Amino acid sequence: MANFLTRTRGRVHGRTSLHWTDWVSYAYLLAGLIVMFGPVLWLVMSSFKTESALSQFPPSFLPYSQKEVVVAGHDKPLPLYRAKDEQGQTRELAQVRRIGIVATMVDPAQPQTEIRVNIKDRQPVNELKFASGNYTELFAKFSFGTYLWNSVFITVVATLITLLFNSMAAFALSKYQFTGQKTVFVLIIATLMIPPTIILVPAFLVISSMGLLNNLWGVILPAVATPTGVFLLRQYMLTIPDELLEAARMDNASEWRIYWRIILPLAAPAMAVLAIFSFMWRWNDFLWPLIVLSRSEHFTLQLALNAFQGELNTQWHYLLAMTVITLIPITLVFTFLQKYIATGIASAGVK
Amino acid sequence: MSVFSAFLGFFFNLFEPVFRLGQKWLGASRIGWLFVGPNLVVIGIFTFLPIVINLVYAVTGGVNLLPTQRPFTGVENFATLLECRDYTDLQSCRTDIFLRSIFNTVKFSLIQVVLMLFFSLVTALVLNRKIIGRGFWRGVFFYPVLLSPVVVALIWKWLLQSQGVFNAGLVTMGAQPMEWLLDRHWAFFWVVVVSIWAHMGFYTLILLAGLQAIPKDVYEAAEMDAAPPRRVLSRITLPLLMPNLIVVLVLVMIRAVQTFDEVFVLTGGGPGSATTFIVQYIYLTGFAEQIHLYGLAAAASLILAVGLMALTLAQLRLSKAGEAGKVKK
Repeated sequence: MANFLTRTRGRVHGRTSLHWTDWVSYAYLLAGLIVMFGPVLWLVMSSFKTESALSQFPPSFLPYSQKEVVVAGHDKPLPLYRAKDEQGQTRELAQVRRIGIVATMVDPAQPQTEIRVNIKDRQPVNELKFASGNYTELFAKFSFGTYLWNSVFITVVATLITLLFNSMAAFALSKYQFTGQKTVFVLIIATLMIPPTIILVPAFLVISSMGLLNNLWGVILPAVATPTGVFLLRQYMLTIPDELLEAARMDNASEWRIYWRIILPLAAPAMAVLAIFSFMWRWNDFLWPLIVLSRSEHFTLQLALNAFQGELNTQWHYLLAMTVITLIPITLVFTFLQKYIATGIASAGVK
Repeated sequence: MSVFSAFLGFFFNLFEPVFRLGQKWLGASRIGWLFVGPNLVVIGIFTFLPIVINLVYAVTGGVNLLPTQRPFTGVENFATLLECRDYTDLQSCRTDIFLRSIFNTVKFSLIQVVLMLFFSLVTALVLNRKIIGRGFWRGVFFYPVLLSPVVVALIWKWLLQSQGVFNAGLVTMGAQPMEWLLDRHWAFFWVVVVSIWAHMGFYTLILLAGLQAIPKDVYEAAEMDAAPPRRVLSRITLPLLMPNLIVVLVLVMIRAVQTFDEVFVLTGGGPGSATTFIVQYIYLTGFAEQIHLYGLAAAASLILAVGLMALTLAQLRLSKAGEAGKVKK
């Protein structure tokens, strides 16, 4: 165990052969790949199954569903089975109706002759088919667009305000010396130790006396003064040389102009990191929106998912599709911006 | 792009006069107050003011949200939460669900912290080896960290439901299918598994950063001395990683104590109260039940706050001790 865990370099001699510890490592990583991605992949695959395919047990990984054929003389497409006819030959037949244990079937090529088959003698013909119905019906059957819009609105607006407020504060705390500055910095950082979970009731009072209950701003406003954002940006701005500011002051630039024309563009990398984090925080928020937004027309995606998993216990096909849509933005962030997230965690230990 | 920057310019220029005036009145350095102002106001209204009001709620009763309309009850709320006739028997407590939730939270946190440390350490050590495609593998373990708690819970609920993939596995092995989330022990087990699955990547990343900060020459020296790998791990890697391990330990504890979202969606706290944790108790008492007992919820959050403060102090103590130890070496 200890042996393979501590080997940080490959074998010096005989590079071509892998040491057994390397095999164990790759096996561990492969197991990790299955455990970490497997559940998500299973969910995504399931979301493309039709309702009837979802109720099959044992379930299949790929979205197989029963093949259907259009037969002349029947309005609806009929389900296709592989069945034994009276002569004991196995043929692909479409089922017209079923009464008790006897199914009435027809050959799609000869729709006139009906064949009676015991239901024990037929097997459904399955085909691989990605059903998009779960997704398209979401928008028609539920006010899914509203939830999506609420989530997007909260995420975008809160992130923009967070960037503005936090960068202003970080600028003041890194580029000025004024009395009380240290206290302000300590106060802001101290809020790191006051998680929202311990001030739920009074924060609810504040929001309700401001008339912001069941209002998207009630979710946005308390979230915009993130201590991690101030800390991250301040550390970055400290590395910007003061001479730049002095030069600008010589040219008679106002302090506000210095902030947005000089500091903000130079702090862009740190701003990008904060933007990504803020995006994820707000998109994934749950407890606070759950308390503030109680009417369904104000639900965010997360709240809608929570509400539906209680109500629609039997309607997993919609719930699965909705879950997949909710995880798409985060997956995109993960795919393209992972590097920045790793930087953020390494430099400020935030999440 | 030029439209965008023109818009940005227009937006920022709106504030120019305010700050010109501020500069005139406050002077060149005290204008910092103007910059830090918006952030401070938000923190003041939504964090510091609530801390004070929370104390008021904790010592008043009734069901009114307005603090001025609430009768003073002293320590009654705390007594309601904590009083038991016989402390060895949770049934005899006035609010047995609260003490049960504390018990569950502590049990959950202790089990989770051990497993989390073990798995994130092993993963970080494996990722720190010379492997092909390290970035990819790191990403594999990190991906669930970014998912929302609700999504995480639903993913696992789907796997664990009665016709889910785990039951399919059981059936193909010839066993009976289970109702995983309706058995109190299994439900607790899966809550632990899911929270480790969801958060392990974050701590792995912290430990990996710590491992990569260990200077290479220490390992080279050990190689010169032909130190066996077991000893390299116990004498070099682990001691030098200790500060990061402590950070992870305390972070895991602080997070675990506040666990709510995933568990709430996955099990709803059940079956019975088997997976009801403190934050869920606060949420239920203050907001979800028919009668909103804000006083009890506030008192419970004060008790939670004390626990969190103790953990934070422990972290400061431990990391100071760790630094002192480092200097000695």
